Amino acid sequence: MDTTPKPIAGVSTFLDDRLGAGSFLKRNMRKIFPDHWSFLLGEIALYSFIILLLTGTFLTLWFKPSMGEVVYSGSYQPLVGVKMSEAYASALNISFDVRGGLLIRQIHHWAALLFIAGMMVHMLRVFFTGAYRKPRELNWLIGVGLLTLALLEGLTGYSLPDDLLSGAGLRITEGVMLGIPVVGTYLTFLLFGGEYPGHDVISRFFTIHILLIPGILLALISAHMILMWVQKHTQMPGTGRSEKNVVGAPFYPAFMAKAGAFTLFTFAVIALLGTFAQINPIWLFGPYTPADISAGSQPDFYMGFLEGSLRLMPSWEINFLDHTVSLSVLIPALVPLGIVMTGLALYPFIEQWVTGDRREHHIADRPRNNPHRTAIGFTGITFYGVLWLLGANDEISANFHISLYETTIVGRFAIFIVPAIAYFVTYRICIGLQRSDQAMLSHGVESGVIKRLPHGEYIEVHTPPMEDIADHIRGKKEIPVVESGEDTDGIPPKGARTALGRLRSKMSQAYGTDHIPLEEGHGHEEHAAIGAGDHSDGHKDGH
Amino acid sequence: MIGTGISVNSITARRRHPLARYAVVALALGLLGGGYAVAGPGSSNADAAIASGKADDVAQGKSLFVAHCASCHGLNAEGTAKAPTLVGVGAAAVDFQVSSGRMPAADAGPQAARKPTAEWVNEETIGDLAAFVQSLGGGPTRPTAEQVDPTMGDPAKGGELFRANCIQCHNFVGAGGALTYGKYAPPLNPATPTQIYEAMVTGPQAMPVFNDSIITPDKKRDMIAYITHVRSQVDPGGSGLGRIGPVTEGLVAWVVGLSLLILAAIWITAKKRRAKA
Repeated sequence: MDTTPKPIAGVSTFLDDRLGAGSFLKRNMRKIFPDHWSFLLGEIALYSFIILLLTGTFLTLWFKPSMGEVVYSGSYQPLVGVKMSEAYASALNISFDVRGGLLIRQIHHWAALLFIAGMMVHMLRVFFTGAYRKPRELNWLIGVGLLTLALLEGLTGYSLPDDLLSGAGLRITEGVMLGIPVVGTYLTFLLFGGEYPGHDVISRFFTIHILLIPGILLALISAHMILMWVQKHTQMPGTGRSEKNVVGAPFYPAFMAKAGAFTLFTFAVIALLGTFAQINPIWLFGPYTPADISAGSQPDFYMGFLEGSLRLMPSWEINFLDHTVSLSVLIPALVPLGIVMTGLALYPFIEQWVTGDRREHHIADRPRNNPHRTAIGFTGITFYGVLWLLGANDEISANFHISLYETTIVGRFAIFIVPAIAYFVTYRICIGLQRSDQAMLSHGVESGVIKRLPHGEYIEVHTPPMEDIADHIRGKKEIPVVESGEDTDGIPPKGARTALGRLRSKMSQAYGTDHIPLEEGHGHEEHAAIGAGDHSDGHKDGH
Repeated sequence: MIGTGISVNSITARRRHPLARYAVVALALGLLGGGYAVAGPGSSNADAAIASGKADDVAQGKSLFVAHCASCHGLNAEGTAKAPTLVGVGAAAVDFQVSSGRMPAADAGPQAARKPTAEWVNEETIGDLAAFVQSLGGGPTRPTAEQVDPTMGDPAKGGELFRANCIQCHNFVGAGGALTYGKYAPPLNPATPTQIYEAMVTGPQAMPVFNDSIITPDKKRDMIAYITHVRSQVDPGGSGLGRIGPVTEGLVAWVVGLSLLILAAIWITAKKRRAKA
């Protein structure tokens, strides 16, 4: 401190006396962050969001959110003289006549895709490691809210240029709103300010897209980060790690350097995509008119599962008191979205109810160690994935020469069968991986050295696993099971007397039972016992 | 005649000329024949072929037809259970189907696919075959070079017509799309301007006919101008990713974008801090 130059010392003392910055920084700069690649997935979304804010601001300087009709006279020849909305004309202007406009537009769009993709993989990481458990349930709910808002943000965003493709999405949005019983028509007129497409929807979407949702996103992201900071990050099980500590690198300098590098990596990848891969070529789509529609009209990837459910749905409708209820629109629009989002939001609480687990968790689960949760996660992924895939069934049909109707019919069965298969397969894989963990702890690792015993038998020498790997495996924690056993008088505990209670204890039993308990036993494996003496050198080198 | 400087007497005198009656007959025949040739129901090729001594083409065409087409379409192009009659389909249909390799068809799928043409197919044999089919019952004729010249069309106008009439099947840049029962709208990229024109006037396979009263030849040329302009355009934003829209964009975002970032994350976190010994 003695060597600090006076100007710096003076300013920092000034700030310190008034803001208490010194103690704040001292406390927080040394914050420890655990190191694991999967902990950086959320940062993809975070840094993409920053890029979205920056590039989005650039785009608003030229974009005109108006549906007033103009005749295009810019530099894209095949559209000169064509009537279009001001919004579309200004988006063309950004693409062709604003310096760097196309690049920024493309970066904005690629960043949007990576924003949501990053959120998705981050959410899957949190789910599969059980990092949503107490005390982090609220942060998980914030995350679900962020994802939902991001989908809306995407929808309103790609609708803004008012091109033919986005118009198709807008038309579906209108159809879904019209399908809502009783209030659908009123809601539609409210949103579009009259008969579709009207003159208001672009300017309204603009306000929602650049002000309302980003504002909420920003607030929620801040809350998400603060909660993470205060509650501390979860860590993977390993040597010296417990529920009471966090092992890792301090925020300053190590984690900050890594996070800074990762920011630059994210910028680089998005800039790379924006430079070399064309995205949303609105000039090829043409201006929107409700009369035109193109083959291959698809939403951006995050809306694909809704598109797929719409395409798979049989054309059901019921007539109730002279009112048509179009189930063929309502079910695909609301049911899969409801299952996925509600399921995600409720999962921490359902799991708590099933396991009766009220403990705090700061050590992440390895996905294999909670096989039912992992299997449920993969069921969700395949459910989502089948819908997503079938959202592109016309492209699959056209490019791989498969009959379009066959893809629809296969999809209608696959949406029920494939998730069920995924559950079973994932569960078995988890059990298998647990078995291999168990084998590694109790038998050791294959060394590749074959020994011949005096009586002629060949065996492979096993060496004990490296200590950090063994500790990682030993981090497995039992999943609690609710009390269900009858007491000495044959009376089940209070909670398990009702039908729901019995269901709960059954589910708990299935969810929590550990089929492959870890044992360090050295009883029945002669391999390691024989090998250990000769090969402890190689083993020690590992440390 | 007042104001023409020709006296009524001289006209009367010429009218009485011994050759006048022949001249009148010749003129009437010429007008009638010429008028028919211009406005008649599209049979000009065959008539012209016969009139100009190109009857050979028809005969040549017939022998080609018997060799390569008759097994499905019947010896007199009357059609069979396997294939429709070709009476009245016109030379344009023949040129479209044969020059794009769709005919002779390879197998009976839901739709005949574009493929490399057979060995015997060239400008001349197509012309012969077209003349023969045209002679059977007329139909749309092949467009002139001028009718399909993209440089003479207005791509902006053509684009509007293209979006209104074509893209619901062929996709917004003509990349093609799926139809029902295994049929598909083929990509327009390999089609020549002539083939695009002929497809519009003949409506091959699942495609509807856009005849000249629906879309005039000038408008067809505008559309051809748009299609050829857009397909030859260099994508200003980098790789066009197949120009089929958000499907490939999503694929690239995950496979390229997210993979690269995950690799970066793994790389960054793989560098562990070493405890000072």
